[in-house]
Amino acid sequence: MYKYALFGMSALAAGTAGASAQTLDEVMARGELNCGVSTGLAGFSAPDADGDWQGFDVDFCRAIAAAVFGDADAVNYTPLSPERRFDPLGSGEIDVLSRNTTWTFTRDMDLGYRFVGTNYYDGQGFIVPTDLGVESALELDGATVCIQTGTTTELNLSDFFSANDMSYEPNPVETNAEAQEQYLAGSCDTYTTDRSGLAATRASFENPDDHMVLPETISKEPLGPVVRKGDEDWAGIVQWTLFALITAEELDVTSENVEEIAEEGSDVPEVERLVGRSGDFGELIGLENDWAVNAIAQVGNYGEIFDRHIGVDTPIGIERGLNAQYDNGGILYSPPFR
Amino acid sequence: MSPPSPGPPQERFRLSMLIYDQRYRSLTIQIVFMMLLMGFAAWLVDNVITNLRAQGQDFSYRFLWQRAGYDINQTLVAYDSNMTHARAMFVGLLNTLLVAVLGCVLATVAGVIVGVLRLSTNWLVSQIMAVYVEIFRNIPTLLWIIIFYTLVTIDAPAPRDFAGDVPLAAAWFGGAVVITNRGVYIPEPLFANSLGSVSLGLFDVSLDFAALVVVIIASLYANKKLLDRASARQATTGIRPVTWWKSMLILFLPVILALLALGFHTENAELAGFNFQGGVHLRSSLVALWFGLGIYTSAFVAEIVRAGILAVSKGQTEAAASLGMRPTLTMRLVVLPQALRVIVPPLISQYLNLTKNTSLGLAVGYMDLRSTLGGITINQTGRALEGMLLMMLIYLLISLTISSLMNVYNSRIKLKER
Repeated sequence: MYKYALFGMSALAAGTAGASAQTLDEVMARGELNCGVSTGLAGFSAPDADGDWQGFDVDFCRAIAAAVFGDADAVNYTPLSPERRFDPLGSGEIDVLSRNTTWTFTRDMDLGYRFVGTNYYDGQGFIVPTDLGVESALELDGATVCIQTGTTTELNLSDFFSANDMSYEPNPVETNAEAQEQYLAGSCDTYTTDRSGLAATRASFENPDDHMVLPETISKEPLGPVVRKGDEDWAGIVQWTLFALITAEELDVTSENVEEIAEEGSDVPEVERLVGRSGDFGELIGLENDWAVNAIAQVGNYGEIFDRHIGVDTPIGIERGLNAQYDNGGILYSPPFR
Repeated sequence: MSPPSPGPPQERFRLSMLIYDQRYRSLTIQIVFMMLLMGFAAWLVDNVITNLRAQGQDFSYRFLWQRAGYDINQTLVAYDSNMTHARAMFVGLLNTLLVAVLGCVLATVAGVIVGVLRLSTNWLVSQIMAVYVEIFRNIPTLLWIIIFYTLVTIDAPAPRDFAGDVPLAAAWFGGAVVITNRGVYIPEPLFANSLGSVSLGLFDVSLDFAALVVVIIASLYANKKLLDRASARQATTGIRPVTWWKSMLILFLPVILALLALGFHTENAELAGFNFQGGVHLRSSLVALWFGLGIYTSAFVAEIVRAGILAVSKGQTEAAASLGMRPTLTMRLVVLPQALRVIVPPLISQYLNLTKNTSLGLAVGYMDLRSTLGGITINQTGRALEGMLLMMLIYLLISLTISSLMNVYNSRIKLKER
């Protein structure tokens, strides 16, 4: 009898575990997308004066919500520190992690998470005060370096210094805000993180001109959205929403003209397919046929999102660089909508 | 044939007796409860394994033998980023123990002083001590750690303020102590005629320090012998021989000779490049954590000491006074020995608290066990469950060790009942 009771309990436990496979159904039933973002990085994800989340990574969550529900505002944001970012994804607390997370082999293959693409090509750099008199990262021998603990940057930093036969003193901090405080107080000579993060941090300083980002980029940091492994349908939705935003920019479909194109049609066959006028692409990924139209109309294409939050006309002021379209000098290259 | 045994007739055992018979009932309840408890534990473990499998993860400690790849600023033993995660964990463990020991010493010294002074008949002194106790124990320890950290990192001068023709800051005591916002540098003890070190597998032991320790222990032993002989002489003849200069010679001469033979000297920290080089670097994180934990816990220790002293009945003090003892002697020979048996048990739990609170070091970037194994290693390898379980086990072992050591001490000083 006892044996059977145990068996029953195990079966119950197994039953609770297998439920993660139907993310789309869960999201639909909930009516809201649970999105993991950073604890605050200007331009990427940070709450504005009204407490609404704004930024490049946040807009990607909004695009998914627009594609799924037709409502970009149906998102519930969970701020996560670098250390704690993956567990909520595994436990089902969030549906997608959109939080400048580097795509690496072990994270993709070993840990049960799935990177679906790259929405920002980044690399690790250093920021120093201009009066330190340092022009290159190779002059940083013996420096104290502030670094966010629990990120890939720790390993890159160690590799960079040992490869160049230099020594350094790591000063580990938990969040970007703390790093900023320590760096400004001068308790570290330089702060290292992804260059996009450095640009965002520098923009929030009182005197940004007193600080410079050193020219060296010491690593490849492809940042992208992450989902749970084992639900290919949901991964597909997140992945192709990203591709839709990139393709829209490539084909000059913007938030202003997308609805017009959806009404009146276009001469370009791929645009027709993107806006759902031909083909049944929506059905194939389990959404309405105007999913991409909703995402582009409510959030904008990739270029619009970039320019709005982190582009050269914003305080962050990041050049497109690697993140330009492939036919424009960058490496953004979406598979075709065919 | 033996006669049938007297007493009630033997009843045949029935299943219902497990519940209705008082002889068996408690046993039945215990067995059922135990089965339920085991079932619950089995369910929890099974749930974890099933869920891990569903996420495509297994349960394995292989990651401990992989290359760590990250650097640690404060290392008591040799470490670089090419060593394993297990080594990084060991480095973190030693850092945890270091700050725990430093914190316990500070808490005890400060606590005893404050506790005794709080009983002072001087109104001002006792009131100041009361304020000390109430302020430090009624604000969370994490806040104290962060306050000390902010004080050290924001208010102290940066290393480059020490450079230039007109330095903005200067070192103390002729360059011996340098206080910067990256920590405090103190002179480093060095030996010109070093004996080298010997490797013990996990870490190296400096033979210089080992030699000094041996010399000191030998001197202490010789001094004890001297005092024992003096006491024996006093017991037989009633006159205590003069020993103070012999004690001084035995205690200090061998140590000084050993230091001279080893070529002992100290080296101050010097500004070189971005940072001070040389000297012993007490990092801001260590200082903040040490003082945050030590001062916070000292407030509790002070209350424990005060309670222990008050627990010794007033008659004891009066009896000592009537024998003509001075107050200091009364305190040392009569009150404290009796107070200690009241003080030590709660003191154990304060030491345990302090040791466990070292895990708050994460807040100031102190690279203890929590920050190495429980922080960076878990992040780089993704083995959260394995890492957390291992860390819990290690903290449990540390706590049980401290607790058993203190219990041994307690049993030595407790009231001997004969």
